[in-house]
Amino acid sequence: MSARPVAFINARLVDPESRYDGPGALVVQDGAIAEVFRRPSIENLSADVTVIDCDGSMLAPGLVDLRVKTGEPGAEPKETLKSASRAAAAGGVTSFVIQPDTDPTVDEPAMVDFVIHRARDIGLVNVCVAGAATKGCGGQRMAELGLMAEAGAVYFTDVDKPIVDSKVFRRVLAYAKAFDRLVAHRPHDPYLSAGAVATSGEFASRLGLPSVPAVAERIMLERDLGLAEVTGARLLVDQITTADALESLARARAKGVRASASASINHLSFNELDIGDYRTFYRLDPPLRPETDRQALVDAVASGLVEVIVSAHAPAPAEDKRLPFAEAAPGAVGLETFLPALLVLHHSGGLPLIDVITAATLAPARMIGLKCGRLTAGAPADLVLCDIGAPILIDAEKLLSKSKNSPFDRRRLQGRIRLTMTGGRVVHGA
Amino acid sequence: MERSDALALLDLADAFVGLNLQHEKKIGLLSGQTLVNLFFEASTRTQSSFELAGKRLGADAINMSPRTSSMTKGETLIDTAVTLNAMKPDLLVVRHGASGGAALLSQKVSCAVVNAGDGSHEHPTQALLDALTLRRSFGHIEGLTVAICGDVAHSRVARSNIALLQILGAQVRLVGPPTLLPAGADMWGADVFTDMKKGIAGVDVVMMLRLQLERMDGAFVPSTREYFRYWGLDPEKLALAAPGVKVMHPGPMNRGVEIDSVVADDPAVSLIQDQVEMGVAVRMAVLASLAARQSGSAR
Repeated sequence: MSARPVAFINARLVDPESRYDGPGALVVQDGAIAEVFRRPSIENLSADVTVIDCDGSMLAPGLVDLRVKTGEPGAEPKETLKSASRAAAAGGVTSFVIQPDTDPTVDEPAMVDFVIHRARDIGLVNVCVAGAATKGCGGQRMAELGLMAEAGAVYFTDVDKPIVDSKVFRRVLAYAKAFDRLVAHRPHDPYLSAGAVATSGEFASRLGLPSVPAVAERIMLERDLGLAEVTGARLLVDQITTADALESLARARAKGVRASASASINHLSFNELDIGDYRTFYRLDPPLRPETDRQALVDAVASGLVEVIVSAHAPAPAEDKRLPFAEAAPGAVGLETFLPALLVLHHSGGLPLIDVITAATLAPARMIGLKCGRLTAGAPADLVLCDIGAPILIDAEKLLSKSKNSPFDRRRLQGRIRLTMTGGRVVHGA
Repeated sequence: MERSDALALLDLADAFVGLNLQHEKKIGLLSGQTLVNLFFEASTRTQSSFELAGKRLGADAINMSPRTSSMTKGETLIDTAVTLNAMKPDLLVVRHGASGGAALLSQKVSCAVVNAGDGSHEHPTQALLDALTLRRSFGHIEGLTVAICGDVAHSRVARSNIALLQILGAQVRLVGPPTLLPAGADMWGADVFTDMKKGIAGVDVVMMLRLQLERMDGAFVPSTREYFRYWGLDPEKLALAAPGVKVMHPGPMNRGVEIDSVVADDPAVSLIQDQVEMGVAVRMAVLASLAARQSGSAR
């Protein structure tokens, strides 16, 4: 480990905790942030300090991504923990949470332990693990939530499979509460959404694609909110996408239900018209929505109703994507493009930079009890240095993920990541 | 498609109708060219119609029907495309069970691709042959009111017809049970009816759609007899249409389910046989135009 302290000078500090966005400098020592200055330069630096001149680039906490899939274990050709870690480092993501729907499922403490140790050996970024809420993500029998929590699982989820049996879901919520763990659930009625690859409406009808009415999300969400209310448990609404569901969420939160929500960067960036030429990189679960829903989602991030933004990184190799639209695997890789895509919300969406950064750093970190996400003395030195105005052209073939299914392919974005630091160690850039 | 492109194709097809009535039906427009019929979904009339069209234009036509299970359908599509492309066909006619199938295939091959039906999306040559049939029967398409009836939600024939008929100036109505009408269809510029008697009142043309058997029996409609009662075309319902009404069906028909044989076989109202005849001519026109465009771009 580098014993020499590092000083970042001439930076634009963006600190979600103090909500400071302005000129500053910062010193890192022994893996942690040692000192923060609200002026660009630092006087009387000792000679053994490595100085990095930021030239006005943004220095922010490294991103925290609550929803990442890899193929390890079970489907390594898609993505390994190592390739995902490299992609994360290149994208300025310093912590991410692996989803448990692997083969085998992460539904017992030994599996949690296995993934944590594998990731620790790679040692690029912080890899956390979410445990399955039910055995095999089958929605029937509760998994060992307590033992997995003890082994380090940060929250529980069955990922894309809804827990249809309300009694099971109620018990999961109540039980997880005893271990002070969050339960994440992606709300959708599985009967309405069976086989669907698009959102019902004029456009999907014209394309002749099987579709699901948007209300399928609200139907399940209302149940989830009701059960969160009666159990008093903490619920994370995983990837909320529709204006309708946002209204339900707002109502429940006003009543004091402990529900938070995440939005995927894909649903903040694209709408249903993007599937127009059957490009399977836009085949997502949940499917892309009309522009009115996308706009409502952006507004919900702006208002704080949706606190967290995730990349929803879901690698799918070419053989699973080079198919007719309805037959292709869902999902998109997102780790490496996460920050530039977030910056679109600031550059063209009019959201304050501090709010966009908070939704992908401090907010998710707090939700799962991580100490990062802040530029405060004593916090871990998980940092990203990004020239947020620099134009970049996304070339999916050059992404570090093993799968190249990026919906941002050939898109022009802004935000070149100059350096990523995890625990005081540079893991990307110079 | 532009109105002028559609009309040019119809005019060319009209000329081929005449040719098809002569004793010597072959001309050499496509001689030396290879036409491959690639049908992932079984089809008798569309496939034979394209084959005949290609042969009458002098092309070498071969049929391929890759046997597919639903598991390997897509894989077969890309693999077959790459294999076929290596054989350098000039024209590829493809039918695939997935919406966007033909479009995907066209990205992987270097020859012209004709969509002979992709999932629930489009069936362009069917719409063209329907338009030609109507134009020859009525003398015009502009101003006609056409009711498209039945399983609109899953029908590529309906989608292509709605688009083309509107381009050509017809009024389109959609009629069917609520479970088989696509979401948002009211935004397509067509009037939507669930009551067939109201839907076909005063129309000039009733275009029936095929109801797939697996969609009956409780899935989308309760039973075939209930379907026939409310949405089957029988003489009683047809009497509500305009005098001189014509009936069409893309085939194959489920007699007694969506259409009464009395109606289907009545030469005074049925254009169903004409549709088949026009099919060959329209496909000749499409293939000939593509070949002309290709040789034009090669120069």
